Amino acid sequence: MAHHDGQQHPLSVYLWVWLLLFVLSVLSYFVDYVGFEGYLKWTLITAFMLMKAGLIMAVFMHLVWERLAIISVVLVPPGVLLFFMGLMILESRYTLLARLNFFSQ
Amino acid sequence: MASTRSRESLVVPAIKRMVDDWASDQQTFKQVPWGKAMMWVFLLSDIFIFACFLIGYMTARMSSAESWPNASEVFALHVGGENVPLLLIAIMTFILISSSGTMALAVKYGYERDRLMTGGLLVLTALLGVLFVGLQAFEWTKLIEEGVRPWGNPWGAPQFGAAFFLITGFHGTHVSFGVLFLIIMAIKVLRGSLDHERAGFLTGRRGRYEMVETLGLYWHFVDLVWVFIFAFFYLW
Repeated sequence: MAHHDGQQHPLSVYLWVWLLLFVLSVLSYFVDYVGFEGYLKWTLITAFMLMKAGLIMAVFMHLVWERLAIISVVLVPPGVLLFFMGLMILESRYTLLARLNFFSQ
Repeated sequence: MASTRSRESLVVPAIKRMVDDWASDQQTFKQVPWGKAMMWVFLLSDIFIFACFLIGYMTARMSSAESWPNASEVFALHVGGENVPLLLIAIMTFILISSSGTMALAVKYGYERDRLMTGGLLVLTALLGVLFVGLQAFEWTKLIEEGVRPWGNPWGAPQFGAAFFLITGFHGTHVSFGVLFLIIMAIKVLRGSLDHERAGFLTGRRGRYEMVETLGLYWHFVDLVWVFIFAFFYLW
């Protein structure tokens, strides 16, 4: 039953990820502090966000060490949310155009 | 060629094993305690809830003809005679990441059967969580005093307040419940209920250190959601 003893990983893995999360947070805060604008700002924010989310899920939530069956249950269904987001982007563009057309003085 | 071979030897067996897992009788998630599998299913549903909130916020913001309030200025703190943008939010982010780190270590020491370290780290995680909620209460008070309401605010698009109170409020509620569970788990660990596999008072489940990992999943998820809120609501 030794295999059922759960997740055991060296301390250094956790400490490195912890440090990386701090560094990534500082970097994303600096994007705002320095005052980048437009696509540069959005790309950097999204990149740092995805890196942080990936580190938390992979190491802190132990997903890299889980079987593919549970990984796919967690990661595949949220994919439809991207599709939903795309739909709502189209919808809100249309709403904005309609508002500018009909409600501006 | 060597790298292709090693990648194949990693990926192909994993896929084969997944097909075996899903095709098998009785149990799909093998070697995963049921409490942990159920926590993942719960978190999956929670992902959808928070995603719907964030997509709703995106829709309100994109379709608004009025300008959206500048979060960098709205959430600035006045320190030493000048406004530091987003200072409070940055502090809250660091507190939550710290608590995620202490939680991860609590899980690690739990599996090593180190009762005092696990209990102590759980208490520390709970304290950081309380600090986070406290700062959030301070932030809400400050904004309400400045005139932010769910239906309007002094700086621009009226939907700003509704999105802010809904998203941060729902997240703060998650943190608060997490703190409650952390305190309960810390007591269980420190009095040795997990070592002696004592039955729980409410559910009658026997105490196991896997419970610490399951609770850890919830706490890391709360931190994960904050990563997205921080990026989309405060920085965007």
